Amino acid sequence: MADSVQLRINGRMIAVPGGTVLAAAIAAAGVTQFRRSVSGQPRTPVCGMGVCMECRVTINGQAQRRSCQTLCEPGMEVQTDE
Amino acid sequence: MNSRAHEFEIVIVGAGPAGLAAACAAAENGKRVAVLDDTPWLGGQIWRGEQAQPAQPGAQKWIERFRRSGATLIDQTSVIASPRPGVLTAEHPSGGREIRFQKLILATGARELLLPFPGWMLPGVVAAGGLQVLAKHGWPVAGKKVVVAGTGPLLLAVADGLKKYGAHVVSTAEQAPLARVAGFGLKLLLAHPGKILQGLGIKSRLLGVPQRFGVWPVRAEGDRQVRSVTLTDGQKTWTEDCDLLACGFNLVPNVELPLALSCELCDGFVRVDKWQATSVENIYCAGEPTGIGGVDCALAEGRIAGLAAAGRKDEARQLFAGRARWHRFRAAMAETFALRPEVKTLAADDTIFCRCEDATFGRVKQFSNWRDAKLQTRCGMGACQGRTCGAAARVVLGFGMESVRPPVLPARILSLLTISSDSTTIAETKITGTNQTL
Ligand SMILES: Cc1cc2nc3c(=O)[nH]c(=O)nc-3n(C[C@H](O)[C@H](O)[C@H](O)COP(=O)(O)OP(=O)(O)OC[C@H]3O[C@@H](n4cnc5c(N)ncnc54)[C@H](O)[C@@H]3O)c2cc1C
Ligand code: FES
Repeated sequence: MADSVQLRINGRMIAVPGGTVLAAAIAAAGVTQFRRSVSGQPRTPVCGMGVCMECRVTINGQAQRRSCQTLCEPGMEVQTDE
Repeated sequence: MNSRAHEFEIVIVGAGPAGLAAACAAAENGKRVAVLDDTPWLGGQIWRGEQAQPAQPGAQKWIERFRRSGATLIDQTSVIASPRPGVLTAEHPSGGREIRFQKLILATGARELLLPFPGWMLPGVVAAGGLQVLAKHGWPVAGKKVVVAGTGPLLLAVADGLKKYGAHVVSTAEQAPLARVAGFGLKLLLAHPGKILQGLGIKSRLLGVPQRFGVWPVRAEGDRQVRSVTLTDGQKTWTEDCDLLACGFNLVPNVELPLALSCELCDGFVRVDKWQATSVENIYCAGEPTGIGGVDCALAEGRIAGLAAAGRKDEARQLFAGRARWHRFRAAMAETFALRPEVKTLAADDTIFCRCEDATFGRVKQFSNWRDAKLQTRCGMGACQGRTCGAAARVVLGFGMESVRPPVLPARILSLLTISSDSTTIAETKITGTNQTL
């Protein structure tokens, strides 16, 4: 397993093993809502493969990125809809 | 980067088993080949993550072979449109790309069919293969109580995988009746003994996990998080506690890109001839979009497509018999895991049908076709572009397949601007500020 990677999720620094998918890191950080649906419901990843769009978060200021299709990178700034 | 670097004799969309086999066949025959994939991984749904954590020898063999083949991998790149023949437009996180080809092989794979039922949008209700894939990449499942439900050969593989990652698999619920699954097992034993051994290995590792057949979920319960699932065998109904419900109803083909390229379909799958050629000249298709046949079928079709596109028809012909065996396996799978009518009627009027727009089933079902339902309820108009609810609407409401208008995936506005304003150069524009999905 590659070295650990540090990134910030909703303002909190966390470290995950290299090769971790961002969606997994967000879940491991204890986040229970990735995005809020148009009627305000909490949503979390469903398909794990880039199709359903339920895992969208803001990465380094870029909104609507699919966290299930993104690998964690050192220093990433991630914001969920919490 | 200049535009010449993006011109290839053969371009393949999809780096799953079908795409890798096609790429190796074409590149080993001296063609200039590129493979484009949406993800940062090689290997598609079954082999992704194998580069970082090798586990499957079959996957290693193909990944190694691909590396040596001389084909180029263009990853994290989603193909979203084809503005004119011989040209693809694609999106990378850093901006739009244009890629030219002489021949194109579509190996876009499949996704899980998700059917709506009360509570299916609760956090913790995840697609079956989806949860396995997430767990493989670090999603925490250790110690979690998981029920695996739905249909298809994937379910037991998922249960096995989750157990390996430390999950407590409470039970599995396959909607197909035991007699049909057992009959399929028997056929498999005669035609593909290797598959049965794989299956028996999984079975033995799942000893102690109740595996039910002819059983399906009717609702998931919980407040902000799934806590339990209610299952039925059509007579009795009972509830099982869970932290996660992994639920998928087999696979549906990714035919959006083939459709956007005007390839004809037949029964919902891309129609191909014996060379894997589609109805559009110079465009081939291999793997799950032509029929849900599993990894070996995808490899066989991919190899034939790659050889045919490279002009090696004699070599391709020698693989026809092998492919035919996998096509028989594919037909048996479709028959075995056909959906029972009950799982098509699980949604209640207040069940969210379209997860992107929160349109309820009660509203969507008032319309007799997908187009009207979309216009009136916004169902299928959100970020996933109807890839989740559109597939469900075809099964649950019998709606037909609509023609596909590009972009095939939600593209950021910038990629589209880049593409429409200049057709010959590749933009390396940095995206700043906020982006929107179309
Ligand atoms: C979530 C999931 C988990 C699975 N797990 C297993 C398992 O554990 N065991 C098993 O035997 N089978 C599994 N399967 C089935 C298995 O995926 C298939 O049998 C096999 O991978 C088919 O190979 P393929 O090459 O046809 O498609 P895929 O492996 O699906 O590959 C298609 C590739 O195309 C890419 N793609 C699609 N559209 C575009 C586009 N527009 N632009 C760029 N790239 C694109 C995708 O990102 C993907 O990488 C799973 C399927 C799914 C959906
Ligand atoms: S979980 Fe479905 S797109 Fe990421």
